Amino acid sequence: MSALWIAVAVWLGAWALNVWLAGQPLSRRGFGRALVPLIFGATVLVLWEGLVRGLGVAPVILPAPSAIAAKISTSMPVLWQDFAQTILRGAIPGFLIGCGAAFLTAIAIDRSPFLQRGLLPIGNFVAALPIVGLAPILVMWFGFDWQSKAAVVVVMVFFPMLVNIVAGLQASERMQRDLMATWGASYWQSLIKLRLPAAMPFVFNGLKIASTLALIGAIVAEFFGSPIYGMGFRISTEVGRLGLDMVWAEIAVAALAGSAFYGLIALIERWVTFWHPSQRH
Amino acid sequence: MKDTKSLDQPVIEAKGLNLVFQTSDGPVQALKDVNLTIGKGDFVSFIGPSGCGKTTFLRCIAALEHPTSGTLTVNGMTPDEARQKRAYGYVFQAAGLYPWRTIAGNIRLPLEIMGFPKAEQEERTERVLELVELKGFGKKFPWQLSGGMQQRASIARALAFDADILLMDEPFGALDEIVRDRLNEEVLKLWARTGKTIGFVTHSIPEAVYLSTKIVVMSPRPGRITDVIDSPLPKERPLDIRDSREFIEIAHRVREGLRAGHQDD
Repeated sequence: MSALWIAVAVWLGAWALNVWLAGQPLSRRGFGRALVPLIFGATVLVLWEGLVRGLGVAPVILPAPSAIAAKISTSMPVLWQDFAQTILRGAIPGFLIGCGAAFLTAIAIDRSPFLQRGLLPIGNFVAALPIVGLAPILVMWFGFDWQSKAAVVVVMVFFPMLVNIVAGLQASERMQRDLMATWGASYWQSLIKLRLPAAMPFVFNGLKIASTLALIGAIVAEFFGSPIYGMGFRISTEVGRLGLDMVWAEIAVAALAGSAFYGLIALIERWVTFWHPSQRH
Repeated sequence: MKDTKSLDQPVIEAKGLNLVFQTSDGPVQALKDVNLTIGKGDFVSFIGPSGCGKTTFLRCIAALEHPTSGTLTVNGMTPDEARQKRAYGYVFQAAGLYPWRTIAGNIRLPLEIMGFPKAEQEERTERVLELVELKGFGKKFPWQLSGGMQQRASIARALAFDADILLMDEPFGALDEIVRDRLNEEVLKLWARTGKTIGFVTHSIPEAVYLSTKIVVMSPRPGRITDVIDSPLPKERPLDIRDSREFIEIAHRVREGLRAGHQDD
């Protein structure tokens, strides 16, 4: 039981420390800003470890963080192979193709009111299809390897991106568009110099939503057929073998990859839309 | 020969101009039988209450709205053709600067679109920044400047490509009186120096009288011209000309014109 009490004591101590830190000027600068969430994260891990040990929770229900860490360190090659298959070959190409296709479609819709009435409802329809129904079909069409996973990701990210880009292209103010007209600007000049820059805050919203969808799509699609590696394959087979520590290891990798992907997009967003009121500091 | 002919030719000529907007409440007559001739180098103010069509008329000249009937020519062409020939600079009520571009970048934008060579873009940008007294602010972003400075930057942007006609739609409406007085003086200086034809929409009687060679008084429902006053004031106008008798007389006539327009309601 002592592990439990130690964990609770650490938790209370870290809580007090964070409350104190949050009131300090240090917590508003670069390193200090990262300190509070880091301490909080570490506290959660200690509490988790303490609870699992103190209460004797079965590893199948919830393995301790130390057990998960041990599993990660001994299965690096497997984890890397799964990561490369699911993220690098499935999620990222699917994400890029889906976002690119959404972009081209958005321009087409923008140019033609006919397409606007026709394509948006179809996009809406596709987005309403449940992924668990769609994934097996796409696996049948594109095979067991990464191509079918990328296809699932394309379908998942396409619509949120399309809606955001179409909305973004309408985000410029009338006066800004009138100015372009008075200068005799062509459609493409006006698109490149005004409407695309004005659309960027919307585009990045879409990209951030799409980044998490891409990860989910690539992993879940592997449940319906895959080679004998990949994060989704590993999760579904290890659950069957009660190897829950491996499942948690995969989840940890997925969480890290997802956060890194999201963080990268947020970083680019800060650089591209520095002018937007939400990004000015 | 050709030159004398172009001098005689009016820069902007409207004959029997009508514009009807179709709204959800039915048709609205924004302009009714507007006839007006503006010569080269004129400074014309359009004054009247909201809904009198002054902005709409300016937008027609700029081909941002299209009249339902009547003829309108700019430099002897249709407004659309004149727009393609980049005949005018337009200054809106708000600065409308693009926030992702610096002040210099905003001023350079029309030059980029019109395909000026790079070196000339730089040179013109520098020159107009100096003209509106924003030298040294080129690298700032719009949101880092005050409202008055932003509006000056937008004037610089309209001047950069040296169009013969400058259309200004209540450019100083949102600014306080002191800033406004100074910018009015600057606009007059600019007009004297460049000899441009200027169309200027305003709510303010003193502003209209102080600036214009020709004051067009308009009234609403339907939008129409009720009086056109050719100002006898000299071209050289210090701020205290506003206390002179002539100035007060013209202001009085403008006020009468505005009141007459309202009595028809």
